[in-house]
Amino acid sequence: MTSFHLNGQAVSVDIPDDTPLLWVIRDDIGLTGTKFGCGIGMCGACTVHVDGRAQRSCITPVGAVEGAAITTIEGLSPNGQHPLQTAWVEAQAPQCGYCQSGQIMQAATLLLDFPSPSAEDITAVMHGNLCRCMAYIRIRKAILLAAPQLRGSEPT
Amino acid sequence: MNKIVDSQRAAASPFSRRRFLIVSAGTSALFGFMRPGFAATDVPTPKMFEPTIWYSIDANGAVTVSITKAEMGQHVGTALARIVADELEADWSKVQLDYVDTDPKWGPMVTGGSWSVWSSFLPLSQAGAAGRMALIEAGARLMNVNKAACSAQGGAVVCGLRVISYGQIITQSNLNRVYTADELKQMPVKQPADRHLIGYEAAAIDIPSKTNGTARYGIDAQIDGMVYARPKIPPTRNGSKVISVDDSAAKSIKGYLGNKVLDDPSNTVPGWVMVFADSYPAAIRAADAVNVVWSAGDTANVSEQDILDHGTALIADKTGGVLVVDDAGIDVAFSNAKSTLEQTYTTSSVLHFQMEPLNALALEKDGVFEIHCGNQWQSLILPVLATALGVGEDKIVMRTYLLGGGFGRRLNGDYIVPAALATQAVGKPVKMVCTRADDARFDSFRSPSVQTLRMAFGEDGKATAMTHDATAGWPTQVMAPAFMAKGVNDALYDPFAISGANHWYNVGAQRVRAISNDLANHAFRPGWLRSVGPGWTNWAVESFMDEAAHKAGVDPVVFRLRMLDGTGRNAGSAPYAVGGALRQANVLKLAAEKAGWGNSMPENTGLGVATTFGQERDMPTWVACVARVSVDRQTGLVRLEKLTLVVDAGTIVHPDGALAQVQGGALWGVSMALYEGTEFTAGEVADTNLGTYTPLRMGDVPEMDIEFIESTEAPTGLGEPATTVVAPAIANAIFAATGTRLRHLPMRPQDVLQASAKLNA
Repeated sequence: MTSFHLNGQAVSVDIPDDTPLLWVIRDDIGLTGTKFGCGIGMCGACTVHVDGRAQRSCITPVGAVEGAAITTIEGLSPNGQHPLQTAWVEAQAPQCGYCQSGQIMQAATLLLDFPSPSAEDITAVMHGNLCRCMAYIRIRKAILLAAPQLRGSEPT
Repeated sequence: MNKIVDSQRAAASPFSRRRFLIVSAGTSALFGFMRPGFAATDVPTPKMFEPTIWYSIDANGAVTVSITKAEMGQHVGTALARIVADELEADWSKVQLDYVDTDPKWGPMVTGGSWSVWSSFLPLSQAGAAGRMALIEAGARLMNVNKAACSAQGGAVVCGLRVISYGQIITQSNLNRVYTADELKQMPVKQPADRHLIGYEAAAIDIPSKTNGTARYGIDAQIDGMVYARPKIPPTRNGSKVISVDDSAAKSIKGYLGNKVLDDPSNTVPGWVMVFADSYPAAIRAADAVNVVWSAGDTANVSEQDILDHGTALIADKTGGVLVVDDAGIDVAFSNAKSTLEQTYTTSSVLHFQMEPLNALALEKDGVFEIHCGNQWQSLILPVLATALGVGEDKIVMRTYLLGGGFGRRLNGDYIVPAALATQAVGKPVKMVCTRADDARFDSFRSPSVQTLRMAFGEDGKATAMTHDATAGWPTQVMAPAFMAKGVNDALYDPFAISGANHWYNVGAQRVRAISNDLANHAFRPGWLRSVGPGWTNWAVESFMDEAAHKAGVDPVVFRLRMLDGTGRNAGSAPYAVGGALRQANVLKLAAEKAGWGNSMPENTGLGVATTFGQERDMPTWVACVARVSVDRQTGLVRLEKLTLVVDAGTIVHPDGALAQVQGGALWGVSMALYEGTEFTAGEVADTNLGTYTPLRMGDVPEMDIEFIESTEAPTGLGEPATTVVAPAIANAIFAATGTRLRHLPMRPQDVLQASAKLNA
């Protein structure tokens, strides 16, 4: 039995400890916004937050998140209006959209660490998230649109 | 079974409604997504106006447009709905999309070839115009005015100061006018100047759902009682047979349910074994633990080099292949030439590597097989499924989902067959998901290609004749033989595997020979991959034009412009190629000018140019590209600094979507030029995941300057054309920067180093 919080709700699952968190979230809990891409942590489509930081859920065993707070794309904002999400729409970033949950979750950690990211900061962090439609120009643009919003809404 | 003690569940099952809907941004409170009240099959709507199959309008004035095209990143639903809504004079904020399931009434269902807007523009315009006329007539009647005094705008009929909305008209009248196909064909459409949606900016309707986790892809399909399956992929794509299956090691895996050797009357997946479990992670492990012994097909030892060597031999045999163009006098022109040039160009295997691994969920309900997945060519796979299952096509329905990338992979619906056979065999709903490695091993990847081009020169370096021999695996021959074209000698060829060689340059006498690489066709299942043939034929044509220009001592832009004179067969014609080669010359001139063609460059830096007509001669999208690269001579690393692209695709329906397609298409070109490519080794692709397969990522994106030609000509395609120009532009830029000519894709640093070492030797 593994217990953790998912998008603010307490969850307990009776699943082998070495099961990747990705499948627990998608198939057992039924939140399908987090995607399966490569299964080896190299595409970023499965990115979720574990205790507030981006992590690849496809290579995270569920047993390792005992007691942790997990956030998925569905829980990033109560109404889908997180500054990154509105920026993503404003920049018309997604094409097929399959990688975008992961891109957004990764970008949230990027902006936590680099509230005013340089082009190099963005590349360095986001290079690990593959977008096969190659919507990179707009993903970069959306991150730059969201950054001042996040600085404003979450002053440190 | 896994047990959930306390968890969140997705609020609604995706199967509670027959179809899924996406609505315009801003019209729904929560996610701009799924307004169940609009689901025609659920809610009895008292009044509905449905003048054609392409849309309906309800009593609230909401317009639901039927989208029969796969939504895979091109925002095609938005573009198509804008075409309908413009003619219909609909209120755009009340337009929503219905991505429909398969039904014979839709006619052929295929999304590929950059065809969607090109082929839908006129019929959807006429459908929209028909509804507008019926509504004006009904509105005039209700207002008791002459219909000639009425017009339609913003979802209402207007007569002077009087206005009646479409919703009111539908509520207050029994509007049931239905237009026949013949009536629609006669329907006049607007002049371009009267349009107010087409060509104007709009947010894509599918985008909000792709930022909040609510977008539903095939892999998200779930159904009560389903079991998970992962395939055991045999050692060869064709001809493998199962000798034995030993699952003793799998039995200790929690959740393992068993396995099934598939018996496939359609011979789509010979030698497949399906491994079942009650969860997908258990299926992954169990499949690893199940030991299958196969007798492999006879291509188990075939390599990439074997396929390329076979291609070279096929080209050397002058008797084979199919002549696509064969002008009189070509041999005389070569024997009278002042000089000639001959070069050979090759390309490696390329994986689709769409982000969503192949998957399909299949079930049987009341004698009907339901297929849940994303797919690009439903009409192609339905008869195959019927053969595989031994049922009529009317007993199969494909439910529609978003595609986590298509790029041509899902034109080939072979991945549906094993799920369908499995559900038939086990009598339960089966959700098959490929791991990434399964997906790569089962890819119908882009075939390696070999091409040899020759040019004859007369006085002043002018081309007097040109030949182009091209060979590769032919996807159309293997998967869709009914779509083969007839050559000049009536022999059949794959038109999508040669298009591009039949270019718009006037080169004197021309001969184009298309040759099927039968070894490739046998060793794997060659696939259509973004830009298909033009993705490699233009690699050869445009590299060769550069070499020919240098041989002739003429600037590469000038050399091309001289031959893009728009005369003879290259004059172009209505409806889609008005202006012909002169439009190609125009984009070329503009791209060169914008990129500073002719300016002096820093050391080891160069500009290279290429131009194409996109996908097909009868649907030309005129594209030109200038690449600026700098080359590190120590490491061979090519730094792509900038791409300048100019595109003439006629009328642009959804400008921001068009721009996204050119951005993504061009970057696919970059990726295939510099970063990705695999090798067929011992009957399989060598690279099966991102550890060794390395598509372009954010840090590899160059500066990009993209311009569209403003035009009211008929719209052509945009999904692929930008892909076709990039690789030759980069190769030509590498030559300009270093004097090193590369003739194989991809161009890796070691290729640059080897070629320059050869040059210096």
